[in-house]
Amino acid sequence: MSAKLLTIFFSALLINNFTLSYFLGLCPFFGVSGRLQTAFRLGIANTFVLIITSLATWVLNTYVLVHAPYLALIAYILVIASTVQFVEMVIKKTLPTLFRALGIYLPLITTNCAILALALFQTTRGYGLVEGLVFAVASGLGLMLALVLMAGIREEAELSNVPRLLRGTAMSFLIAGILSLAFMGFAGLFGGS
Amino acid sequence: MSAEKSRFVPELTKGIFRENPTFVQVLGMCPALAVTNSVMNGIVMGIATTFVLVMSSLMISTLRKVIPSQVRISTYVVVIATFVTVADFTLQALLPAAHHEMAAFIALIVVNCVILGRAEAFASKNPILLSIADAFGMGVGFTLALVLIGSVREVLGNGTFLGHQVFGPHFEPWVVMILPPGGFFVLGVLLLGLAKLAEVRSRASQRRSQTTGGEPR
Repeated sequence: MSAKLLTIFFSALLINNFTLSYFLGLCPFFGVSGRLQTAFRLGIANTFVLIITSLATWVLNTYVLVHAPYLALIAYILVIASTVQFVEMVIKKTLPTLFRALGIYLPLITTNCAILALALFQTTRGYGLVEGLVFAVASGLGLMLALVLMAGIREEAELSNVPRLLRGTAMSFLIAGILSLAFMGFAGLFGGS
Repeated sequence: MSAEKSRFVPELTKGIFRENPTFVQVLGMCPALAVTNSVMNGIVMGIATTFVLVMSSLMISTLRKVIPSQVRISTYVVVIATFVTVADFTLQALLPAAHHEMAAFIALIVVNCVILGRAEAFASKNPILLSIADAFGMGVGFTLALVLIGSVREVLGNGTFLGHQVFGPHFEPWVVMILPPGGFFVLGVLLLGLAKLAEVRSRASQRRSQTTGGEPR
């Protein structure tokens, strides 16, 4: 059991990193990766929302969608969006410091494709409650890892002499390509399993 | 009505070049990279996205005076999710192989920012006919971008185009191109090329206006 959980954890964190090998959550990856600090906060907010999503998906799959599987997509997106909004209100009331730290990113995350993808993957792979939670934490940390790496590189690149045409989106994509190439090296981590 | 007619063509064509969702607005990156390891997947994804775009724009534009503005985003999302479900089940029935290959990404059309972006920026403010033109143009632009990225990746990474052999039998496929890093590289290089093209063009138009002494742009 624990070996399976470990496999889920490391494959979601490194081998099948959401951003670098599934291309999920690219909008914040390119949009918000300018500063290390914001990238880190966004990563935390993302992980947080992913955990809530995983819980909500599990509840939906076990109690509601068995009766109406064709409503899956609509149910996920509505429940995720409203749960995030609800949690946002609770945090604002009870933990104002955390709320300020997460800022605008908390509501924006709902439209991040990584969130819906988590719900879908969790369903198609048949993960239970615990497996789903481990998967969510690992994916969130994986997103954060990619964001922080990208932000670190871009902070460095700002100081160096880059050809004028390359500045902006084109260079971000090339950097992401190199990062993704590096992450492919993790593919052999569990003896190619 | 005549004003609406005169705007029809520009609204239709702007999504294909001038405001191309992938290359100019850089929206909807996730599907643009995730499914373009072959041309066929790119075409299927493009058509599915265009269908959802046109249908949800039609629906939202029709209901634009009924939807209260406080809950408009959630309304749009429900409309879009409905049409994505339709597209998902249709593809599952018609093209089971292609659907199996990119199952999660068809469902992820729901969170493609191009669709919600057009609903919010265009269909919620414009008459039905113009909204359809706008959505269709954007869909075609998106499909063309996917096909372009997909062709580069399939030809280089697999030596085929739509499954047909392009090079001779001695071609060694550049496998990394159909793997995830290839997606980032190809789009990066294409964006670089477009930036160069835009620069050359703006310089040429500057020179022209200087030599003819024409009016400042």
